[in-house]
Amino acid sequence: MVSILEMLDRKKVLVSDGAWGTFLVQKGLKPGECPELWNIEHPYAVADIARAYAEAGSDMVSTNSFGGSRLKLAHFGLEARAGELNEAAARLTRETISPDKAVFASMGPTGKILMMGDVTEEDVYEAFREQALALERGGADALCIETMTALDEAGIAVRAAKQNTRLPVICTFTFDRIGEGQYRTMMGVSPADMAAEMIAAGADIIGTNCGQGPEQMVGIVEQLRAAAPDTPIMVQANAGLPVRQGDVDVFPETPERMASFVPALVKAGAGIVGGCCGTTPDHIRAITAAAKKLG
Amino acid sequence: MADLLEQIAICIERGKVNKNSPYPPDMKGQDGADELTKQALDQGIAPDDVLGKGLVVGMGRVGQKFSENKVFVPDLLMAAKAMSAGMAHLKPAFESGQAHHKGTFVIGTVQGDLHDIGKNLVAMVVEGGGWKVVDLGVDVSSEKFLAAVKENPGAAVGLSALLTTTMVNMEKTVKVLKEQVPGTRVIVGGAPLTSEFAKKIGADGYSPDPQGAITFLAA
Repeated sequence: MVSILEMLDRKKVLVSDGAWGTFLVQKGLKPGECPELWNIEHPYAVADIARAYAEAGSDMVSTNSFGGSRLKLAHFGLEARAGELNEAAARLTRETISPDKAVFASMGPTGKILMMGDVTEEDVYEAFREQALALERGGADALCIETMTALDEAGIAVRAAKQNTRLPVICTFTFDRIGEGQYRTMMGVSPADMAAEMIAAGADIIGTNCGQGPEQMVGIVEQLRAAAPDTPIMVQANAGLPVRQGDVDVFPETPERMASFVPALVKAGAGIVGGCCGTTPDHIRAITAAAKKLG
Repeated sequence: MADLLEQIAICIERGKVNKNSPYPPDMKGQDGADELTKQALDQGIAPDDVLGKGLVVGMGRVGQKFSENKVFVPDLLMAAKAMSAGMAHLKPAFESGQAHHKGTFVIGTVQGDLHDIGKNLVAMVVEGGGWKVVDLGVDVSSEKFLAAVKENPGAAVGLSALLTTTMVNMEKTVKVLKEQVPGTRVIVGGAPLTSEFAKKIGADGYSPDPQGAITFLAA
């Protein structure tokens, strides 16, 4: 069991990992295919991703389980395999990376808006509970509830994780910049609102991921830190917004440019830095070098 | 009469569904879109006026605010809920031909893509704008879009995608529609979309938000 919280005590800045979705696409994942099924059908490809990030310098590596809730898996008729697919996701990363590195297991949104009444709070709680337990069984060291935009759904996820597993819980939200110094999720949630609610729900680490690119992250981290003076903060920015060029997606932010934001992010309060969509092992290598320079 | 229609518009804009609804807090206990739409029709106000000067006006205001980041998804959802409550009273009028839709809008998320939140918001706002909406759901093939357009002659089409890997399917769908049903107007949207991409694939319009779809359809 690797304790991220202990690691944070020892090291000023931890490096998390980069994108999984875009990496899987690069390895052949097709639109309409279930990513989590690759944990069973293409385990070596999945393990390659974990290995690549560990070798690039990540202190903590994620899992191929972002869409692993039964509510999301239902799109593919795989809801009954939620336990199996999530356990496999955690196991693949755990058995691939060295024992001193942490496995932080990904739990993404259900894709349902609770306000619409398509699902009940009980359904959502059960789905996250099932997923969290499976990830713990597979060897996760922490749970990462990410790309969240709604306080109600994220709060349920954090509580389901804290009340049913023994793992520390990270929760990160996706914000858009809507004006000068103004950030909101599509549901209208500000960084300050998010910090207060998620800490109340029991999150051990809060933060922000995805979004429009690295530039806006410093401002978001500042607002999170202002609302949560003592909670560790994690940041995983996209490598900008993708541009389709022929058959491939090009993410404009280079490793050097992403790494150039590290000092400002840490100064603003971030203790864990990584990347989201479009980032690669090269980005993580650059971020690791920048983090080392900070001591 | 103008007062009552304005009240209806306010109920839609603020998401006041009915008298019982506790939302929004400052309108607690007041009549909502449900009661006021019924009242307006009972008073003999023409259904098209209740729709166009009441319900649609309210939806237009909230759609505009949403595109300006002044309100967010929850506000749109409540407005849509209030809209539904009002529209329920107009159903007989639509069936009898007394009330009229502005046209038909076929919408769906393209093949291979399962994301539907954005598509649902556009569907709600366009329906709230007075159009008949045929929502094909997610992972919709070109063939399915074509079939829906054939079933609804004169319909405009909206294509949504959240992934860069699926927005390429839009090009195929636009091509099929333009070849098989010439004159079909197509608007595209979704996080990775741009107006350049829309032009490149032969679409007639692009919008980053639901209100832009209304502008496109009204043109």
